[in-house]
Amino acid sequence: MQNDIILSMRNITKAFPGVLALSGVDFTLRRGEIHALMGENGAGKSTLIKVLTGVYPKDAGQIYINDDAAGIKSPKEAQRLGIATVYQEITLCPNLTVAENMFMGRGKYKFVNWNKTKRKARRILDSLDIPANPSQQLANCSLAVQQMVAIARTVDMDCKVLILDEPTSSLDEQEVEKLFRLMNELKSRGVGIIFVTHFLEQVYKVCDRITVLRNGELVGEYETRELPRLSLVSKMMGKELDDLSSLKKNDVVSTENDAPVVYQAESLSSVAGVKPFDFQIKKGEVNGFTGLLGSGRSESVRAIFGADKVTGGKITVHGKRAKITAPKDAMKHGIGYLPEDRKRDGIVADLSVRENIILALQVLNGFFKPFTKAQQRRFADEYIKLLGVKTASVDTPIKSLSGGNQQKVILARWLLTHPKYLILDEPTRGIDVGTKAEIQRIVLKLASEGMSITFISSEIEEMLRTCSRLIVMRDRSIVGELRGSDMTQDRIMATIAGGASDNA
Amino acid sequence: MPKSIKTLLSGFARSPLLIPFSMLAVLIVFNLIMDPAFFRITVVTNNAGYPSMQGRIVAILNNGSELAILAIGMTLVTAASGGQDISVGAAASIAGAVILRVVCGDETAPTALHASIIAAVLASIGVAMCFGAFNGVLVSVFKIQPMVATLILFTAGRQIAYWIGGGKILNAPGDVFKYFGNNIPGIAIPTPIFITLACIVVIALVLKFTNLGLYSQTVGINVKSARLNGLNPVWIKTLTYIIMSVCVAIVGFIKVSRTGNINYDTLAKDIEMDAILAVAIGGNALSGGKFNLTGSIIGAYIIQFLTNTLYATNVSSDSLKAYKAIVIIVIVVIGSPVLKEYADRLFRRGGAAQGVRS
Amino acid sequence: MKKTLSLILALILCLAMVSSAGADELIKVGIINNPPSESGYRTANDNDFKAAFTQENGYDASFAYSILLEEQLAAFNQFVNDGADYILLSAASTDGWDDAIAAATEAGIPVLLFDRMINNDGYVAAVVSDMAKEGETAVAWLLAQGLEAPAVVHIQGVMGSDAQIGRSGALDAAAAEGKATIVKQQTGNWSADEAKAIVESVINAGTSFNVVYAENDDMAKGAVAALDAAGISHGIDGDVLIMGFDCNKWALKELLAGNWNYDGQCSPFQAGVLDQIIKNLEQGIEPSEKLIINEEKGFDAKELTEEDVEKYGLGE
Repeated sequence: MQNDIILSMRNITKAFPGVLALSGVDFTLRRGEIHALMGENGAGKSTLIKVLTGVYPKDAGQIYINDDAAGIKSPKEAQRLGIATVYQEITLCPNLTVAENMFMGRGKYKFVNWNKTKRKARRILDSLDIPANPSQQLANCSLAVQQMVAIARTVDMDCKVLILDEPTSSLDEQEVEKLFRLMNELKSRGVGIIFVTHFLEQVYKVCDRITVLRNGELVGEYETRELPRLSLVSKMMGKELDDLSSLKKNDVVSTENDAPVVYQAESLSSVAGVKPFDFQIKKGEVNGFTGLLGSGRSESVRAIFGADKVTGGKITVHGKRAKITAPKDAMKHGIGYLPEDRKRDGIVADLSVRENIILALQVLNGFFKPFTKAQQRRFADEYIKLLGVKTASVDTPIKSLSGGNQQKVILARWLLTHPKYLILDEPTRGIDVGTKAEIQRIVLKLASEGMSITFISSEIEEMLRTCSRLIVMRDRSIVGELRGSDMTQDRIMATIAGGASDNA
Repeated sequence: MPKSIKTLLSGFARSPLLIPFSMLAVLIVFNLIMDPAFFRITVVTNNAGYPSMQGRIVAILNNGSELAILAIGMTLVTAASGGQDISVGAAASIAGAVILRVVCGDETAPTALHASIIAAVLASIGVAMCFGAFNGVLVSVFKIQPMVATLILFTAGRQIAYWIGGGKILNAPGDVFKYFGNNIPGIAIPTPIFITLACIVVIALVLKFTNLGLYSQTVGINVKSARLNGLNPVWIKTLTYIIMSVCVAIVGFIKVSRTGNINYDTLAKDIEMDAILAVAIGGNALSGGKFNLTGSIIGAYIIQFLTNTLYATNVSSDSLKAYKAIVIIVIVVIGSPVLKEYADRLFRRGGAAQGVRS
Repeated sequence: MKKTLSLILALILCLAMVSSAGADELIKVGIINNPPSESGYRTANDNDFKAAFTQENGYDASFAYSILLEEQLAAFNQFVNDGADYILLSAASTDGWDDAIAAATEAGIPVLLFDRMINNDGYVAAVVSDMAKEGETAVAWLLAQGLEAPAVVHIQGVMGSDAQIGRSGALDAAAAEGKATIVKQQTGNWSADEAKAIVESVINAGTSFNVVYAENDDMAKGAVAALDAAGISHGIDGDVLIMGFDCNKWALKELLAGNWNYDGQCSPFQAGVLDQIIKNLEQGIEPSEKLIINEEKGFDAKELTEEDVEKYGLGE
């Protein structure tokens, strides 16, 4: 058994200015196992991975690969030792072909026989059952396939350790299935896989072992089958937590039918390609848009906010005609929008937490009326406290916060504007369980205080827990609306699949 | 060491102003060793019979005025558009030509002003703003890379100035016109120093009482996010180019006021490169985003300092540029992210264990 | 209907062009110069050519302007292809003309140089200024002023330019022979501002000097501005002699006012001589000399007259 250990990290310590990110953490990986690395945001998962792959130098501790001490000083070195990483954000070159991406930057040869390379790529893709053509441009593949190509790339590198850093966060369920098949295939070939994810279900589906980190310290290593979900969650959060399911349906704010309509759109459409749709939301209501990836749910809410160029439609806000063609118009009408892609559309990376929080309110306040530093601090402090943002100070650049805390800052930005209608597009993506539950609670609390909210999530359970009405989308148009007792996972699936009209 | 001093020190060590300030310090020390009378300032009577302040520091502050003013605009343009305006020298030539054209009317060497100097300056600011808006629109609306967009005016600017001047060397009449580039009678300190100071105060007030800083940085860092927060990136980028053009017009005015006439070809020649360099020395990323205006202004004076030092050290004409280049390489390399990170690590070693857990 | 009409119009236009070309009794000259915006000197030079090579004077002149060799070469080849009778050239660079000159010679087009020489013997005649001679004239004037020990602040033009090399040469030679001391030698890149900064640095260093030798008028002006600010007298009866070059009209006025002492001419007027050479060539008379040096003067402030200013001053 002892021989099966291919990687062991001992007593790893790493500090950043103001934060001790890892303190004396151990981690062990065996041949042919899928090992989940779990923890809340800021627990130290990413740091541990980056130390292992040579992105960060470690301050103390040892790394052994096959019982040999390994001083990994650069990603290149890690690669040479057989450690391969596939990150959440795809780090391949979208403008190159699949085959080029698979073999790029490797080998000592100066000349490349592309025909041979293509054949080789084809063989690997086929053996792993990846539906991609070697000569296809990577950008034309779906995100899932791109993710798989990134993994296939590592297969040929004769890797012993494969790190998957939140590979499933942008995949839909079928794609996740395919990825799991691929992981199991690699596992059977003896590869040790480190799987970083926030999805509990997925952990219990594929992982053999779980290592839990919290606040930069090791909580423990467990066999998956011996660790019930509830105790996993409580270990991650460091406290006995009410099960997530305590957010029961009866918590969902039920809107009285006579509540005033806050926002209404008729045949709204935008350049992003969503078909003209009608939509309305009442005061204090939480509704959701659901559908598969690419069904147009994000495009719809972007049209509501004016994020994409609006091409037509009649909009009334509080019963009055309104013209919303740009985000600023929407903001003036009391609409807020937390975008789906936090990194690309949400954060202003180099600016401080304080500046990121006050940004939207400042824009509403006007060019000639800047808040004083003291006002800004007050605003920032208030919301940092309210949402429990973990940051060294209000002046820390937002980019150095963990994903979940960044998301809270963006949420704070919009809450600060006191919107009447808040659109949250995937607010819980890539966020740890604790924060997820927290955000859901905040949503319900806000709604109970009279705010209208549109909530979008890839996790149907999450939507069922928070929304009182679900709009189902397929192929960029609305195919159904579910409420009350109709809101079950089965009905949603059926509606998405197109069977809704038959059953109704 | 008391904790407050230590935090102050470590704050300064991480401040983007560390490098520009130390460069300045090195240059001052070097000059003091070479010439102990470096800081000496004397007040003499100039040939017009008025007091005039003389000395190397005065010369540096005076001659660095144009560069410092341009560095202000260049910093904003860089922050918001992630690129540089290389047309500033040519545009200053246009601004200078407009001023002289207005005060000279259709004569080349009139005996009296044809229009008031204020009118001439306002006219040149107006013309410059048009060109600034032109650059800004190319960059923001048509999404042309700033350097390419401003290349147009860089190429054509001096020709346009020549046309505005009617192809003749224009000479401004009277002494008053020259006050702004030299001395106002009775005031020993050269006027450009006051003008620069005024520009710095104005931009500081603008940054304090408007959101120019926040908006231009946001647009420069993440244009998509800026739009989704209700900002209009097109307008903000254009605005920075217009502010740049006002700086350019002021520089054009100082330049023609220094000599009282214009040489379309050599007025503010190559100043765009120095202005960009000032921004870089000031610790600003030329790819845009966060900016530090103080750094850029110090950067501008560092460059002027360097020129003045080289004049004082009797470097031969042939090798002047080579020496300048060597010093600039050193400055830029010391300020580079790689060395910064290295220094950061050195500084933090030992302090790591005290890291606060959060 | 519209199409036919426009076609007919186009045809008429073509015919008109052909006929005007056909009735060609004018001498076709292609003139390649540096852009007139370059300097007051160049403006005067260009105006001189535009005034001389007119239709009334029997010429069909085309002008091309550039300071880049490649662009000048392109214009040159264009003129050769267009069948010009003569090509007049002020070259941007002394080298790189071999192929172009060979092509012109083959096509039987005489090439005449003005203002600037090239490293090729294929030209028919050249009318140029002798920059070295300008420098010699100026230095001879300086040494004749009877200064006990001339201490010169020497402000050079753009390093490596013809004018800089020529105008620096004589002064360097005089310094080497011990007839004058150069207390400061630095390039002002033809710019008034840079010249001012250089003179300021000399003043601030406490170095004493009694001559400013600036290689163009702009730089002399910058130097004078520095002296004025420091309260150092200059010009006739002043402590410092001011010497400039190019004879801009505004500079000659400074001489006239006694603020400066000397201005060396660099004549931009070459068109008249070239006009005569071409007229002679048309008659079959070869130029007597291949290299014609412009007649140039140096003006002493004490002897300068209003008429000289009007006659020799460049610009208005």
